[in-house]
Amino acid sequence: LIFLLSEAMASDVHKKIKAAFKAFDYEANNTVDVREIGTIVFSLGCFPSQADLHDFIAQVEEDHTGFIHLEKFLPVMTNVLLEKRFPPIPEDKLLQAFEVLDKEKKGYLEQEELTKYMMQEGEVFTQEEMDEMLTALTDQKDNVIYYKDVIDELIIDNDI
Amino acid sequence: MGCGTSAVATETQVKRVEEAEAMKAAVLIQRWYRRYMAHLEMRRRYTWNIFQSIEYAGEQDQLQLSSFFSFMLDNFTQLNGNGPDLISQLLDPVLDPWLGRETCFSCIPVPDSYTGPRLTFPLSVSDTNALLNAFKEQQTLHAKYLLQLLCETKKLLRQMPNIVHLSTSYTKDITICGDLHGRLDDLLLIFYKNGLPSAETPYVFNGDFVDRGKKSIEVVVLLFAYFLLYPDYMHLNRGNHEDHIMNLRYGFTKEVMQKYKTHGREILQLFQDVFSLLPLATVIDGKILIVHGGISDQTDLDFLNSVERHKVRGLVCFILRRRHCQLTHQDSAASCSSSSSSSSSSSTLCSPRSPSSLSPRPCPSSPSIHFTVNSLQVPFLDSLSSLSPPSPPQYEREWKQIVDILWSDPKNQDGCYPNTFRGGGCYFGPDVTQRLMLQHGLQLLIRSHECKQEGYELCHGGRVITIFSASNYYEEGSNRGAYIKMGKDLIPRFYQYQVGRGTRKLTLTQRVRVAESSALKALKEQLFTHRSELMAAFKEFDHNNTGCVSVSEWAQVLESVLRLDLPWRTLRPHLVRLTAEGAVEYESCFEDMGSGTQLAQVTPNLAETLFRYRTDIEIIFNIIDKDHSGLISIEEFRQTWRLFSAHLGVDINNQAIDDLARSIDFNKDGSIDFTEFLEAFRVVHKLDKYQHQSRMDSNTERL
Repeated sequence: LIFLLSEAMASDVHKKIKAAFKAFDYEANNTVDVREIGTIVFSLGCFPSQADLHDFIAQVEEDHTGFIHLEKFLPVMTNVLLEKRFPPIPEDKLLQAFEVLDKEKKGYLEQEELTKYMMQEGEVFTQEEMDEMLTALTDQKDNVIYYKDVIDELIIDNDI
Repeated sequence: MGCGTSAVATETQVKRVEEAEAMKAAVLIQRWYRRYMAHLEMRRRYTWNIFQSIEYAGEQDQLQLSSFFSFMLDNFTQLNGNGPDLISQLLDPVLDPWLGRETCFSCIPVPDSYTGPRLTFPLSVSDTNALLNAFKEQQTLHAKYLLQLLCETKKLLRQMPNIVHLSTSYTKDITICGDLHGRLDDLLLIFYKNGLPSAETPYVFNGDFVDRGKKSIEVVVLLFAYFLLYPDYMHLNRGNHEDHIMNLRYGFTKEVMQKYKTHGREILQLFQDVFSLLPLATVIDGKILIVHGGISDQTDLDFLNSVERHKVRGLVCFILRRRHCQLTHQDSAASCSSSSSSSSSSSTLCSPRSPSSLSPRPCPSSPSIHFTVNSLQVPFLDSLSSLSPPSPPQYEREWKQIVDILWSDPKNQDGCYPNTFRGGGCYFGPDVTQRLMLQHGLQLLIRSHECKQEGYELCHGGRVITIFSASNYYEEGSNRGAYIKMGKDLIPRFYQYQVGRGTRKLTLTQRVRVAESSALKALKEQLFTHRSELMAAFKEFDHNNTGCVSVSEWAQVLESVLRLDLPWRTLRPHLVRLTAEGAVEYESCFEDMGSGTQLAQVTPNLAETLFRYRTDIEIIFNIIDKDHSGLISIEEFRQTWRLFSAHLGVDINNQAIDDLARSIDFNKDGSIDFTEFLEAFRVVHKLDKYQHQSRMDSNTERL
């Protein structure tokens, strides 16, 4: 019974993975560009670090061709999901993280503050990522980031 | 003192802890943000797929309409005498483009009240500047000048070869632009960023100037004006939308008739002439081939150069003709005898429509000769006349060469096979590209024809470039436009842009949201127009009439009925409600829509058919309505509609059609205003108002 149950779960997971994969399979030949893998993995509800992602790609990439085939991707990704290898980070942690960066407890971050942290610390952003983040999160009027308000925006449900 | 040091130590310690915490916090925010972006990207992809599959479905509709015309050919005799002669009306504006129509504009007066630009020929820079300014100010060019401009363009185009050869040695950079589709803003932006056409800034425009966008006339007038001004520095390739039949569906015909109420018909005829005379390809330095669609395994540039391109007018007719050929070959004898038995059909067909027509021929005694008379201009009718031999191979070959150039798309797999999605042209693989390049010593193929998110895309190992210049093609924010600049080194450089209608820059989230909601709307329309088929299919799974099916059954039904290649499960939350138990309440996918006007007399079945085929019907009506008055007779309406429903295999009784016809002849004068009639048959989103309101609210909240 347990075997059957896991079978059913695996088949559901397979469908989910295939749908996400297909969205980037422009040629409809079960292949995607390696640069899209991050998007696919994240969109399946995983939170890998950049190092995790590199390891993952190394596992599934076809001899450094820059392409990834579904047949290779599917089993590896299925295991990642079933084993919950890159578990989601709880939402309340996100608010705490912003509060840590807001040292003076102002309730908001200046654009420069956020830029400094995102571009110098941790898994640093590219300029493009930074620009997009600031456009998306900055309050139009006061030109600062009211992080409590924008967290709702970042936390989107799993239905696309 | 010791106290002090320990304080310092704690301070550095605290600082270190703080730094580590900040680092951890940053990582966490970065990861969350990347996940957020991944979701957005995923939604963007789905949205794109919806738009694209619906667009392809539209092209298949065009094929459906073509097959309707084939059906009409087969049922030719029944139509004759009292009904509308669709075939001859469809093909009536077919005149030899080499004929002069120069006199047509001279007698048109321009009133003093006209404030738009007044052109003098030959055109000078002050004329093109006047046009640019006038179009920026939303002015319309007077019919007299438009006709004159088209006549001049036609004269000049006649001297052009099929394949234009350019050389970089005379100039600095050549700019290459893709599809514009009536987007004046994109053209103006290109001119603004890159400079107006001149000896310093030569341009190649790679087809699809018209259709879809609202400013096709303005776009094409500017292109032609610069072509007249600088024939050596302005080059125009034909696209698959420079075609009479495509224009009927995709809006150019309508635009012309709306902007030019009195001279629309003459203008359309001249446009047809001009379009058929556009060159097919441009070659730079013998190395770079520029065509609108692509190539096939039979593409032969030397042969293409020898084709008389003006003969290939309505390219969709080709597809139609081929299909018709297949049909008639099976029962050629039957169709032959039926057409010869009807003398009235042939006389309608060969009657000269215009005094300038080429055919002052005596009315021939044998109908088969009639058809041959028209065979040059009426591509698919000659299949009737040329039953033995079935079709002239040379002619067929010319058609195929041109259709392949204008309609094909590249694919990454090797090989070449017919493009069934678009209904014309081929899919060509890297091997086909490779072969053509070797054969002609080329190094790059630049083509357009497909919308790309970034405005351009490379494939076949960088040997094929797609360039697309209409930004926001599907929806505000859906894609960028791009153009290519190329100098002596023949290395393409890409320039991207996006026309912004809003005053401030939209964030990616907002762009995705806008595009997504309009894609879903389009998708829901598809659901609505297939309502009875979908309901029937759902009921097959729903044995106990619970109103519910499982998610996978639901997805299966949508896939088999709509035939759109979409991730239905993923889209499910946007389309349909679930019960608490997780079953799909299938009727909920039609809930928030309805028809614009409820006509009491119309049966649901008829209403749905009207919805689904309203574009086709509009095209057919437009063909019947020769003077483009927007009115057709009730009898014509009945005849056409009966024939069309017979073709579709929709069982609608004559009474229902008569009732419908009567109900829309509001003033009982025996004619029908079909524009108004079709307007009634649009899907209305009942949630529109509500959605709009809630979006406004959330915006105010954020501010």
